[in-house]
Amino acid sequence: MGLDLKSLLQSFALKELAQGMAVTLKHFFKPTITVQYPEERTPISPRFRGEHALRRDEQGEERCVACKLCEAVCPAQAIDIEIDPRSTAEKRLTRVYDIDETKCIFCGFCQEACPVDAIVLGPNFEFFGSVRSDLYFNKERLLANGERWSNELNARIAADARYR
Amino acid sequence: MAEILNMVHELGEGLFGPLLWSLVWVVIKVVLLLAPVLFMVTYITLAERKVIGAMQVRPGPNRVGFFGVLQPLADAVKLIFKETILPEKADKSLFLLAPLLTLVPALLSWAVVPFSPELILADVNVGILYILAISSLGAYGIIISGWASNSRYAFLGSMRSVAQMVSYEVSMGFTLIPVILITGSLSLVDVVEQQKDWWNIIPLAPMFFIYFISVVAETNRSPFDLPEAEPELVAGFFTEYSAMSSGLFFMGEYANIVLVSFLGALVFLGGWLPPLSILDFIPGIIWLGLKAGFLMFVFLWIRATFPRYRYDQLMRLGWKVFLPVSLFWIFLTGLVLQLTRGIGGE
Repeated sequence: MGLDLKSLLQSFALKELAQGMAVTLKHFFKPTITVQYPEERTPISPRFRGEHALRRDEQGEERCVACKLCEAVCPAQAIDIEIDPRSTAEKRLTRVYDIDETKCIFCGFCQEACPVDAIVLGPNFEFFGSVRSDLYFNKERLLANGERWSNELNARIAADARYR
Repeated sequence: MAEILNMVHELGEGLFGPLLWSLVWVVIKVVLLLAPVLFMVTYITLAERKVIGAMQVRPGPNRVGFFGVLQPLADAVKLIFKETILPEKADKSLFLLAPLLTLVPALLSWAVVPFSPELILADVNVGILYILAISSLGAYGIIISGWASNSRYAFLGSMRSVAQMVSYEVSMGFTLIPVILITGSLSLVDVVEQQKDWWNIIPLAPMFFIYFISVVAETNRSPFDLPEAEPELVAGFFTEYSAMSSGLFFMGEYANIVLVSFLGALVFLGGWLPPLSILDFIPGIIWLGLKAGFLMFVFLWIRATFPRYRYDQLMRLGWKVFLPVSLFWIFLTGLVLQLTRGIGGE
C-alpha cells in the first residue's frame, strides 16, 4: 500500500478538490466569451466559402462562358451545365447551370477553375431549405445571389486579388 | 404582527366557524410555506444553468425574459403541454405514482424547518428525526419508478440510486448525531439557539464536510449522479418518463437540494443567527437565506467542477471513509462532552 501520511492528510483536507473548485470559481468571475450570434457575428475571411453565386460583368451580361471547367473539376459532381445551342464562337452561353447544394462540399474548386470569375462562393452561410428541392439551385437562383451579394463579392475579390 | 394575526383569526372564525377555520388556517399556512419553497425550486433550475454557464465562461439562458428570468416558466409550460408517454409494458399506476413519491417527501420535510424562532409550521421536538425519516421515503419513489418502467436502464439506475441513497443516508445521519449530542435536543429551534456562542461548524468542521458530501450523494447530484449516468444508463431511473412526470422527478431533486441546504445552514451554520452580534439589525430570515443560498451555490459549483465518480469509488467513500470517520467523531464528541460537562448532567 502506497499510502504515505502526507497524501492521506492531503486527501482528508480535500486539497485537490479545493484546487479544482478554485479554478471554476476563478472562471465564474471572468467575462463571458460568448458571441450572441444573430445580433453579434464573428468576422469571416474574404476567402470564406459560402453560398454560390453567378456574377455578371459590367454590362450586365452573364460572365459564364459555358467552358464547363467547374463541372469537370467538381469532386462532388454537384454542377450540371448545358450549353445554349444559340451560342456562337464569340458569345458562348449556358442554357442550364444547376448546382445541387446538397451534394456540394464547399471545396471552392469551381471558383478556382473558373477563368472568368463567374462562379464564386459568397460570404453567405445563412441559407436553408425546408425540402431537398429548395437546395437544387438553378441559374436564376445563382444569378439572383450574384446580384444580391454583388457588393460583398466585388469587395472580396478585390481584397484577395493581390494574392492571386 | 400579533394583532393582525388575531384580526385574521376573528375574521376567519366568523366566516367558517371555529372548527372549519382551524382546518382552513392549516391549509393557509401550508400554502404560505410551500409557495416560496416551490418558487425556490423553480428558480434553482435557472440558477444552476446560470452558475454553470458562468463557470464555463458563457452567459447561460438569456433569451426568455430579461437575464432569462422567465426561462423556468417557459420550461414548466413546455413540460405541462407535452404528452406523458406511458410505456406499454409499464405498471401504469406505480409508474404514475413514483414521481409523486419522490416529490412529496421532499415537500413534507419542510413542515419542521424553522425560518426563525417563531416562523415554523410545526415545532415538533423531534424535528431532525422527522426529516431523516421522511427524506428516506424518497428512495421508494426511485425504486418504484425503476421497477414500474419495465426497462433495464431504469431498473439499473434505480438499483444504483437506492444503494447509494441508503449508504449515504447512514453517514448523513451519523454526522447529525454529534450536533444532537451537543444540543441535547432533536428540535431544530433548539439546535439553532444552542449555536449562539459559536456555530457548530467550528467544533464539527469535518462533520460539516462529510454532511455536505453525503447530501450531494443523497440527492443524486453530480459528481455522484450515477443513477442518471447519461453515458451508460441513458437517464437512469427516469429513462421512460416524459413531460411533467419527469418534471416532477426534477422538482423532487431540486426540492431536496433546497431542503438539505437549509438543514445544513440550520444545523451547522447557525441558522438565523448573524455571524457577528453587531449585524443583529439584519433580520434572521435573511441570514438563513444567505447561508442556505451559499450552500445551494456550492451544489452547483461542485457540479461545474468535478467529473462523475465510479460506482465502486462511491461505495468505498461512503462505507470505508465517511462511516468510520463520522463514527469516530461521534465518539470524540461524546468524550469531550463527558470530560467538560458530563453527559446528561448539565
